[in-house]
Formats: sequence, structure tokens, C-alpha cells
Amino acid sequence: MMDALACRDLHKSFGLTHALRGANLSVSAGEVLAVMGPSGSGKSTLLQCLAGILTPDSGEVSLDGMRVDLLGDDRRTRLRRTIFGFVFQFGQLVAELPVAENIALPLLLAGDRRRAALSAARDWLPRLGLDGLHDRLPGDLSGGQAQRVAIARALIAGPRVLFADEPTGALDSVAADQVMEVLMDEVRAQGTCVVMVTHEPRVAAYADRTVTVRDGRVVHPAREWESV
Amino acid sequence: MSVPYTLLGLIEENARHGYDLKQSYDRRFGDAKPIRFGQIYRILAQLVRDGRAEVVGVEPGAGPDRKRYAITPDGVADLDRWLAEPEDPQPQLQNVLFAKVVLALISGRSAEGFLDAQRERHMARMRELTKLRREATETHAALLADYQLFHIEADLRWIDHAAGRLGALAAEVR
Repeated sequence: MMDALACRDLHKSFGLTHALRGANLSVSAGEVLAVMGPSGSGKSTLLQCLAGILTPDSGEVSLDGMRVDLLGDDRRTRLRRTIFGFVFQFGQLVAELPVAENIALPLLLAGDRRRAALSAARDWLPRLGLDGLHDRLPGDLSGGQAQRVAIARALIAGPRVLFADEPTGALDSVAADQVMEVLMDEVRAQGTCVVMVTHEPRVAAYADRTVTVRDGRVVHPAREWESV
Repeated sequence: MSVPYTLLGLIEENARHGYDLKQSYDRRFGDAKPIRFGQIYRILAQLVRDGRAEVVGVEPGAGPDRKRYAITPDGVADLDRWLAEPEDPQPQLQNVLFAKVVLALISGRSAEGFLDAQRERHMARMRELTKLRREATETHAALLADYQLFHIEADLRWIDHAAGRLGALAAEVR
């Protein structure tokens, strides 16, 4: 299968802290990859470099062969809005906007007509087990419901790659399963590639493959990359 | 099943007689259950019969002569194979995983490499069980898969925790 997203020999430091020390990774189109590793191993920095949120000090990040690390701020911002989707530990929903408007945000930002965007957003609710909640505010949702809204918002514009950083980190195991079921159903249906940072083996087990980040490098079972 | 390999690892470190072997085993692995002399001699006799160990000296003592046992090349090859092979996830795996980590450390093999391989074996089983659970049409089947998943996850947490403490453990056991 063709690599959708890849990085090679990534280095990134914050002051004296070397977060990445030559990280290599590749993700195939449509693949769901879990990234695990101890706290401070560099896994979130790796995700943010892959997603164009951080610029690596050296090394390459490519999406379908295009060098993401060489893009200017404007183009990277556009990439993050159109080609990438994001889910974080805390959904980061807009507290003042009802559920449907939160989900529709990427479409509205992309210039879609409001009515069409909200209609598309409402279509997501039954698939998420959120029937009838379109006009609720985020503060009235459970943690699991809020994360499912965040997943819909991340996927509504049909991104090529979904980046998820501890998507179930704040949830109990039952709510976490519900979130992961929804996430997997939707990304499989859309063929979206997923890079998911998690410290929970139970969550990582939903992925096609798991890699471990240790001391700023990707280790087993991506060991073949270590010798590159 | 890990005790014969554990003894093999200890006679690889140094040629030893039975008393020395018991001391070394109990200090490193015998917290839960010290090994009995009878068990040691029975296993050593079996290892010699299999060609994995040999008698390399006899020291006179007050009682019976004390034989010193050493590992043979076949024994090293068998120990290599065992240490490199991750275990299938199953209940009560802690003794064998712990023994492999300690033996890798005292012999200078890669304990980290073993833990990485074991982590991947456990994750592969969790992926299978997660798939089974997602395909289950009845709650009771899903919950049975969940039961195994939580147990394997506990092993994985230990594996990750141990990986972070290899330096301290190596200092203790070497």
C-alpha cells in the first residue's frame, strides 16, 4: 500500500530538551496507526510535526510525496483545515455554539453555505448516537458525547488524515469504547488515515498497527527504519 | 516451564553446583517460592541428559561430592531461542516474563528487545480480541472478550513499567 504520510530523521528540540532525535515513520493510505510510548518520549511532538502544527528542526515530513515541513505558514494552515482533521483529549468544542454548529464549523470556515453545512452536521448525529442533541450546548453533554461531537467535527470535511491525541484520555472505559467504535466506523467508511497517540493499550488495539516512541525515536516494530 | 531455563541461565552466568544454584535462584527469582534442592537436581539431571548442561568438575565436601554444572553450546542455543521468543498472552504469565527479563539482563542479552517483542505479541492478541468484540452480536460475547482484554492490558502496563526500570533492575541482579 502507498505511504500517505511519512517522516524521515525528524529532530525537534525545545531549549535543552531533545523531544525528537531522528524519528522515522510511515503510514499507509487508509491505515489506522497507534503511537504509544512513555510520558515525555516525544510522541505528541511527533504527531504535531506530522500534522504541520510544529516545524521540525531538521528532517522531512511528506504527505503523498509533498514536503509538509517546507510549506509556509499560510499553506500549512490551509492544509490543517482541509486535508487534516484533529481530535484532542478534551474535545475543544466552542462552548457558546450548539452541537450542530460545532460539527459544521470546518464547513463554515471553508465557505460552505450555512444551511447546507448545518444540514450536513445534523446528518452525523444518528451515526454518533447523538439523536436529538443538535441544539445542546457542549456544557450539557457527557464527556463521551462531547468527544463524539469532536470526532464528527474532525471528519465532516472528509480529511485525508485524522490526528488524534489521547482521544479517550478523559473517559471511562465504556465511554472510551463508544468513542472508538464511532471513530473506527467513520474512518473505515471514509478511508481516512489515522495517527492516534494513546497511552491506553485497549484503545491502541483498535488500530491496524502500533509503534512505540522512546527517547525521541520510533522503535519496534518499525525497527527496519532505525537502520535507514 | 520457566524454571529449567532459569537454571540454564544461571549456569550460563557461572558454572555452579547445586547449593550455589539454589542461593542464586532464591535471591533473584525465589521471592514467592524458594526452589527445593530436589527440584534443582532433578532438572540438572534432565539438562545433562538433553545435552544442554554438563558436569565440569567435582569438589569434595563434608557430605557427598559436589558437582559443578556448566551450560553447553546446545544449552546456549536453546536459551537464546527461549529468551528471544515472546510468550502468548495467558493468565499467570508474570513468572516467565520476569524470568526472561532478569536472565536477559544478567547475560547481557537485550531485555528491552525482549520486552518490545513481547509488547507486540500482546498488542497483536489485543487487536484480534478487539476485532472479535466489535463483531460480536451479543453483549455476553463482547464482555468475555473484554475480560481477556483487560487482563492482557494489565500485562502490557507491567511490560511498559518494566521497560522504564531496566537500569535499576540490572544494577540489582548483576
